[in-house]
Amino acid sequence: MALMRITSPHAHGPMSTARVMQNVLLATVPGVIVLTHFFGFGTLVNIIWASILALAFEALALRLRKRPLGFYLGDYSALVTAVLLGIALPPYSPWWLIAVGIASSILLAKHLYGGLGYNPFNPAMVGYVVLLISFPVQMSSWAAPRGVGELPGLLDALQACFTPGNFDAVTMATPLDLLKQNNSLLMDDLWQQNAQFGRWAGIGWEWASLAFLAGGLWLLYQRVFTWHAPIAMLVALALTAALFYDGGSSASGGSPLFHLLSGATMFGAFFIITDPVSSAVSTRGRLVFGALIGLLVYLIRVYGNYPDAVAFAVLIMNFAAPFIDQYTQPRSYGHAARREDNE
Amino acid sequence: MAEVSYRELSLNGLWKNNPAIVQLLGLCPLLAVTGSVVNAIGLALATCLVLVTSNTAVSLIRNIVSDAVRLPVFVMIIASAVTCIELLMQAFAYELYQILGIFLPLITTNCVILGRAEAFACKNGLLPSIYDGLIMGAGFGVILILLGGLRELAGTGALFADMQLLFGPGAADWKIVIVDNYQAFLLAILPPGAFIFTGLIIAVKNIIDARIQARLDSLKERPVKGSKRVRVTGTIS
Repeated sequence: MALMRITSPHAHGPMSTARVMQNVLLATVPGVIVLTHFFGFGTLVNIIWASILALAFEALALRLRKRPLGFYLGDYSALVTAVLLGIALPPYSPWWLIAVGIASSILLAKHLYGGLGYNPFNPAMVGYVVLLISFPVQMSSWAAPRGVGELPGLLDALQACFTPGNFDAVTMATPLDLLKQNNSLLMDDLWQQNAQFGRWAGIGWEWASLAFLAGGLWLLYQRVFTWHAPIAMLVALALTAALFYDGGSSASGGSPLFHLLSGATMFGAFFIITDPVSSAVSTRGRLVFGALIGLLVYLIRVYGNYPDAVAFAVLIMNFAAPFIDQYTQPRSYGHAARREDNE
Repeated sequence: MAEVSYRELSLNGLWKNNPAIVQLLGLCPLLAVTGSVVNAIGLALATCLVLVTSNTAVSLIRNIVSDAVRLPVFVMIIASAVTCIELLMQAFAYELYQILGIFLPLITTNCVILGRAEAFACKNGLLPSIYDGLIMGAGFGVILILLGGLRELAGTGALFADMQLLFGPGAADWKIVIVDNYQAFLLAILPPGAFIFTGLIIAVKNIIDARIQARLDSLKERPVKGSKRVRVTGTIS
C-alpha cells in the first residue's frame, strides 16, 4: 500500500475571486435598500448606470490589452467597483459624472496598473476622489432625505441621470457638511435647527450605516475578510472622536456615535478598506492600516477642507500599505522573532 | 566631438533625446505652468531664449574658464540670462509675468539648461551650440505647449484662451470653444492632471518608438531558410 506524501501548505482557498465578489455584491443589498428608502431611486440608478459602464470599460481595456474577455469579466470585480462607486456618489448624479468616475476607476486606477490584483489604489475610491476634486459642486450636493424633502420617483431619477438639465433635485447639506460649517451653534441647537440630523447622525445616514454594518458582519461571518482592519478603523475613529469631544460646544467635532454612523464610515470600514489588493496583508499590518485610516478620517473630517474623508484616508493609507507590510512581516515558523532571541 | 551633424542634433532635441519626455528634465515648470496654452507658450519662449543665450555664452568662454570653476560660471551666466528675460517679460507681457510668477526665476534651476551647457556647449563651437540650444528649447517647448493644450482642452473645453496676455489685445478673440456648456474638469488643470497627461504623452511616444523599431526589425534581412548554423565555439581568427 503506497502512502501518498502530501507536503504543506494544506490550506486551500475555498472561495474563488468570483465567489468573493458575489458575496460582496450581496452584502451591499441591505445598505442599498435603506439608501433607496430614504433618498429615492437615485442610488439605484447610479448603480445600474455605473455597472453598465464598468462592464463596457472593462471589456474595452481587456480588448486593448489582449486579455481573455470572458474570464476577466466573469470575476465580477468590475461590477463591485461600479456598485461601490454608485453607492458613494450622490443620488441623482448626471450620467457624465458617473461615466468620468467609472473611466477613472477602471481605466486609470485598475488597468493602467495591470488589472485586478496589481492596482495599488482602491479603484472605486480613485474614481470618487477624481470626481470630488474635479466637480465639487455636483459632488457636494446630496438629496434631501425622506420626511424632510419630497422624494423624486423612478422616472424623475432616470431623468436626473440622463437629461440632467431638466431636473432640479431637492438637495441639502449633509449632516457632516453642516457640522463642518457650524461655528457658532452648540451641538444641541444645531441638531434642533436642522431637520436632517435625525436621531444620532442624520436621517437616512444612521440606518444606512447600520445596514452596511449588517452586510459587513455577514461578510465577516462568510470569512471574506478578517475582522482586523474594520474593527481597528472603527475603534480608532471612535477613540479619536471621544478624545476630542467636549460634550457639544460649537467648536467640537461631533460625538463618537455621530462619526461612527454618519457619512461613509461603516461603508468604508467594511466595503472599502477590506479590499484585499490595495490594503495591508499581514494581520498586524491590517490593524495598523485600519487604525491609521480611522485616525485620518477624523482629522480630515474635522480639520480638512472636505466634509467626508473616507476616500482620502483610504488612498493615503494605500500608499503606505507596502511600507506597513514591510515592518509587520509575520515570523515564519521555526525562526526566531528577533535577532536578540537568537543569541 | 569634432564634427556635428545638424540633422542628428535636430532629431535628438525634438525626438530621440527630448528634454521633457525622454530625459525628463525640467519637470517642475513642465508640470506647474502648463494649465493653459498661453502659459505654456510663455514659459516655452522664455526657456528657449535662455537656452540659446546661455549656450552661446558658454560656448564663447569655454576655452577661457578652467574646469574647476566652470559650474559656478555656468550658473552665473544662466542666472543673468534669466534675469534679462524676466525684465523683458515684465516690460512687454506683465500679466503673463504675474501668472508665471516664481517659475520664471526658477528657469535658472531648470536642469535642461545647465545640462546642455555642461554636456554640449562647453565642448562645441559657437554655431552648433546655438543650434543645439534652439532645438532643445524647441523640443521642450513643443511638449510644454502640447501638454498645455491637452490640459486646457480637457479642463475647460476651449483652447487658446487669454492669448492677449502674450500677443497683445488683438489676440483676445483667438479663443476657440470646442465644446459648448462644458463642465470644467478641474482635475486636468490641477497638478494631478499634469502628471497624468505627461505620463500619457510619454506612453504614446513609447508606443510610436516600439512601432518604428518593429518596422525596422521586419525590414532587416532574415537568415535564409535551410542555411547551416555557424559554429561559434573555439577560436576564430
